[in-house]
Amino acid sequence: MKQFFSFVKKEFYHILRDKRTMFILLVMPIVQIIIFGFALTNEVKNSKIAVFDNSKDIATTSIIHEIDASRYFDVVQNLHTYNDVEAAFKSGKVKLAVIFPQSFNEDLQHFNKAQIQLVADASDPNVANTLTNYATAIIMSYQDRITNERKLPYTINTEMRMMYNPQLKGAYSFVPGVMAMVLMLVCTMMTAITIVREKEMGTMEVLLASPIQPLKIVVAKAVPYLLLSIVNITSILLLSVFALEVPINGSIALLMLMSILFTLTCLALGLLISSATNSQQTAMFISLTGMFLPTIMLSGFMFPIENMPLPLRIISNAVPAKWFYSIVKSVMIKGVGFEMIWKEVLILTGMMIFFLALSIKNFKIRLA
Amino acid sequence: MASPLQGRANNINMRALRFLLQKEFRQIFRDPAIIRIIFVMPMIQLLVLPWAADYEMKNIKISVVDHDHSPYSRQLISKVTASGYFQLQDYTATFNQSLIGLEKDKSDLILEIPASFEKDLVKENEAKLFIAINAINGVKANLGGAYLRSIIQDFNREVRLEWIQFPRFSPEVNIDVVSSNWYNPQQNYKYFMVPGILVILVTMVGAFLSSLNIVKEKEIGTIEQINVTPIKKYQFILGKLIPFWLLGLLVLSIGLIISRFFYGIIPTGSLLVMYSFAAVYLLAVLGLGLLVSTYTSNQQQAMLISFFMMMVFILLGGLYTSIDSMPQWAQYITKINPVSYFIEVMRMVVLKGSGFADIKNQMLAVFGFAVILNGWAILHYRKRA
Repeated sequence: MKQFFSFVKKEFYHILRDKRTMFILLVMPIVQIIIFGFALTNEVKNSKIAVFDNSKDIATTSIIHEIDASRYFDVVQNLHTYNDVEAAFKSGKVKLAVIFPQSFNEDLQHFNKAQIQLVADASDPNVANTLTNYATAIIMSYQDRITNERKLPYTINTEMRMMYNPQLKGAYSFVPGVMAMVLMLVCTMMTAITIVREKEMGTMEVLLASPIQPLKIVVAKAVPYLLLSIVNITSILLLSVFALEVPINGSIALLMLMSILFTLTCLALGLLISSATNSQQTAMFISLTGMFLPTIMLSGFMFPIENMPLPLRIISNAVPAKWFYSIVKSVMIKGVGFEMIWKEVLILTGMMIFFLALSIKNFKIRLA
Repeated sequence: MASPLQGRANNINMRALRFLLQKEFRQIFRDPAIIRIIFVMPMIQLLVLPWAADYEMKNIKISVVDHDHSPYSRQLISKVTASGYFQLQDYTATFNQSLIGLEKDKSDLILEIPASFEKDLVKENEAKLFIAINAINGVKANLGGAYLRSIIQDFNREVRLEWIQFPRFSPEVNIDVVSSNWYNPQQNYKYFMVPGILVILVTMVGAFLSSLNIVKEKEIGTIEQINVTPIKKYQFILGKLIPFWLLGLLVLSIGLIISRFFYGIIPTGSLLVMYSFAAVYLLAVLGLGLLVSTYTSNQQQAMLISFFMMMVFILLGGLYTSIDSMPQWAQYITKINPVSYFIEVMRMVVLKGSGFADIKNQMLAVFGFAVILNGWAILHYRKRA
């Protein structure tokens, strides 16, 4: 045991003496939270739009005013011919054009029917879709108001409640995702690399020739990263509560416990990668392209999994971050207890044991 | 007038560079793992990931609590499920039962129809419906709610038509919103994502390999051997730069072939524009990698630092979320982010067919980065330990 601790101490020295690496490992989560929390939003805010109003009457003016007043849109340009629409898009600033036909209000008053055309720059289909939906919603609420003024019979009122996140903040779904990403990165990549590094430098020979069991050498490498991850989890949680105002609705102890479980899974994965590779570059590339991008894209925090084609939905089950993301969402934001997440916990534990068993099996006491 | 002696010196310089290049290429191609990783991994990612990045909402899972069990409530439910956006997850007897489903992520949305829905609607002229949405993902919740509301409005209109003999013109105001999408009329998300992901892959391969390269020689100690040769600093840097520059262009070409034959994406603009930009862009990215390499002392450090920068660049590059919706300070960062320029240019060329004239500002910016970063790397590289 004493031997083991002296190995852990050695690993700590390795990390603590490399100030640049330390700094980045500790600052990265903070920067990520700030970027995700403030800069990366899928919500559309103050999008620039152009208006081509052929009618210029009370109705069109008040619709334009309502669109402009909403936090989604800023009307920046008044167009005078249909060809201007193209020019406005080409200049790249305007994302949506609202076009009113002639005699809009007259049609609306006399025939109760009028048309509005929305033209979106769909080179970014997501933005186009969202903008069109938001603009339509504003126009519809205008329509509803006129309808309600006329007191129509047989009306269905809809009461809508946004659960867990009434202000529809982006941070609620990003914070759990960033936690998964940072842990994945620190644990998987860093453990994989430190072990392979000893192989590459030739110091692994020395370690393997020492009286301590080889397995303990490897476990000792993982311990500092476990502690580092706990520091990171704490800083992420503090930032999200105090800077982003994302509450922790569930039990903090459970959340910490689950994070440690995920950390262990990542460490096991790192060990597996290190046992299968011989150069730092390879280990890095595998953990980066094999883990990082799939973690971003298939864990469900950037793109909803249910929209994906079936094969991808199946593959996403093999991404550990997906299960952790779901756990953190449940515990942190929905505030539910263990009884709601035991399935995910079981899967993560299973993955951890699997990775660990595989890496022990692959672990070579002798180097080539 | 160039003297013969000077000509000979130039000749020697060229030969030194040629030998250096030979050495670098051998080093790269002797490591089959690196080759596999450079080519196979990005390709797999390009084949898989674009399918994931689709924001169009479909299969929103809905849980229905129908206390009414009337013809109207059933009509409404079948209208909702027939819309294509919603997928009926379950019927439950109470709201709380549905709430458990929501907590377990089994459903995204609950529609509760109160007991006297039909009666209220017909007798009292007014009825209520309750909707609860899991709003952790705000955008999804917003769109899901809007879809459901418009379906309910449609249903409402049908009910009215059943009961009221309308005059010649319907008393209901009806604004018809017609929307059209330019440049990408089918809203094919892959046209948008594939060029962007390709940029990321080219960038990652270029930046990481170059940042690890010099530092690897430092770590292993072979840099000492180079330092004692008469090779000039710029030759050494060029020797490192050129192989990765070619590899980057190769990755880009393979990526374009995949997007042509697998996704059917044919760039509207010219390939010449794209490659010219990529050539300059790669110089900037490689320069960044080399700069990192000269500042760090081991591969772990180099990798972490370049990873950290890449992460910020990629996330703020406008691939996943639009730059326009970022706050001002983040938009300033995108101005010094080469990745955002390349993503923008790729999309302009692929989707809008922009030519040299349209991208000259981006080209100039990236050229500036290339000059500054490489110049800095050469200046900072010292031929001593």
